[in-house]
Amino acid sequence: MATDIIIHDKKDNVGVVVIEKITPKQDCKCWIMEDDSSTDIQSMDEIPLGHKIAMTDLKEGDTILKYGHDIGKVVKSIKKGEHVHVHNVKTKKW
Amino acid sequence: MEIPKGFLGYKRENGRAGTRNHVIILPVDDISNACAEAVANNIKGTIALPHSYGRLQFGADLELHFRTMIGTGSNPNVAAVIVIGIEPKWTKRIVDGIAKTGKPVEGFHIERTGDIGTVMKASKKAQEFVMWASEKQREECPISDLWISVKCGESDTTSGLASNPTVGNLMDKLEPLGVHLCFGETSELTGAEKVCATRGATKEASDKFMKTWSAYNDFILKEATDDLSESQPTAGNIAGGLTTIEEKAFGNFQKIGDCKFIDVLEPAEEPKKGKGLYFMDTSSAAAECVTLQAAAGFNIHLFPTGQGNIVGNPIEPVVKLTANPLTVKSMGEHIDCDVSKILSREMNLSEAGDKLIETTLRVANGRLTCAEALGHKEFVMTKLYRSA
Repeated sequence: MATDIIIHDKKDNVGVVVIEKITPKQDCKCWIMEDDSSTDIQSMDEIPLGHKIAMTDLKEGDTILKYGHDIGKVVKSIKKGEHVHVHNVKTKKW
Repeated sequence: MEIPKGFLGYKRENGRAGTRNHVIILPVDDISNACAEAVANNIKGTIALPHSYGRLQFGADLELHFRTMIGTGSNPNVAAVIVIGIEPKWTKRIVDGIAKTGKPVEGFHIERTGDIGTVMKASKKAQEFVMWASEKQREECPISDLWISVKCGESDTTSGLASNPTVGNLMDKLEPLGVHLCFGETSELTGAEKVCATRGATKEASDKFMKTWSAYNDFILKEATDDLSESQPTAGNIAGGLTTIEEKAFGNFQKIGDCKFIDVLEPAEEPKKGKGLYFMDTSSAAAECVTLQAAAGFNIHLFPTGQGNIVGNPIEPVVKLTANPLTVKSMGEHIDCDVSKILSREMNLSEAGDKLIETTLRVANGRLTCAEALGHKEFVMTKLYRSA
């Protein structure tokens, strides 16, 4: 079964693109590794391989969860389906 | 897959086994590099290990220098050693340290002889050593003779999704068979440090880990002029989709699978508590980390990469794996084990782990790694602070 996005943990609010890129308005198949379940999402942005997509709407100050763990904070609000990276998320360290 | 019971290695005088049979020319200090390289040029089949330090160091930094030098010469992948230094005293200290393994080792110092006379004397001995070593045969060794170190580099999100968990799967399968395992990268566990600490096999190991990580973090907080965002994650990491050090750390941490670490090692410290997983306090720079792990006695290295790190080591073969299909396509000559089919779900993690075990054993048996074939011999000493 083709998978466009892999999500580590059910708690995660981001997924990782595993095809060369996804394009805006693409209906993507997501696979959740933790429990081998599936879900769908429509992308808002072009997102390249290895980059993250928001699985839900996120507002400034929210915590990004990946591997089921805190990997940083939202510094600019993000809509479901948008690209999540250094332009809208920062470390909580340093 | 049934895991093979052993591999073909070189049995050493002290009971360890090597996956390689190198004769090395080891300079004690920076100014002895020229001599060491001249000897290696004269005598075919030997390799010089030039580096940048070894003068006026003191305290813990000097101890680390000696530990790295002696450990490198003592590694079972090394059959025999020529040590060359400017002065007799430090040269002898390294020779005596390596001699404890029982392997052939001889030291030469340059003062009062000069480069040319030293090259002549050392070359004669190096020729004798390399011809002796060339008759060593590979013999059947139990799989528990493998000491496997790991470190990832030029990571991206495919590392945390697939290539690092593949190494973790290998660890889960090989740890019960009695191998020694080692992970490091103190700085790149930042963000996952509390979760990592829970993976200590004992409270003592967990506490020692937190103490080591905190000492590193205090140093960063003291020296950092900015927020480190220029350094961690690196530009390569960010291009690959990694956003924060926490994300990188949780990906990194997948390399140890479900194993628990039994002890925390100083840089280049030889493990003393028997089989199992160790954490070593190391830099996260690839060549520095692998050099320290090789000096601790590890005889084969697994290196998962995302965007394509190309590092090698002169004595410890570095096996590279990646799950990033673009890296396989664009720089396949650096990749020993392609696990990119995990991302397309044509391969599961257990199959990838088996594939990596198979590759690791082929390399242990003598197959050259990509880094060896391409001539990568990065030998980089870790320096703790400025010299006296």
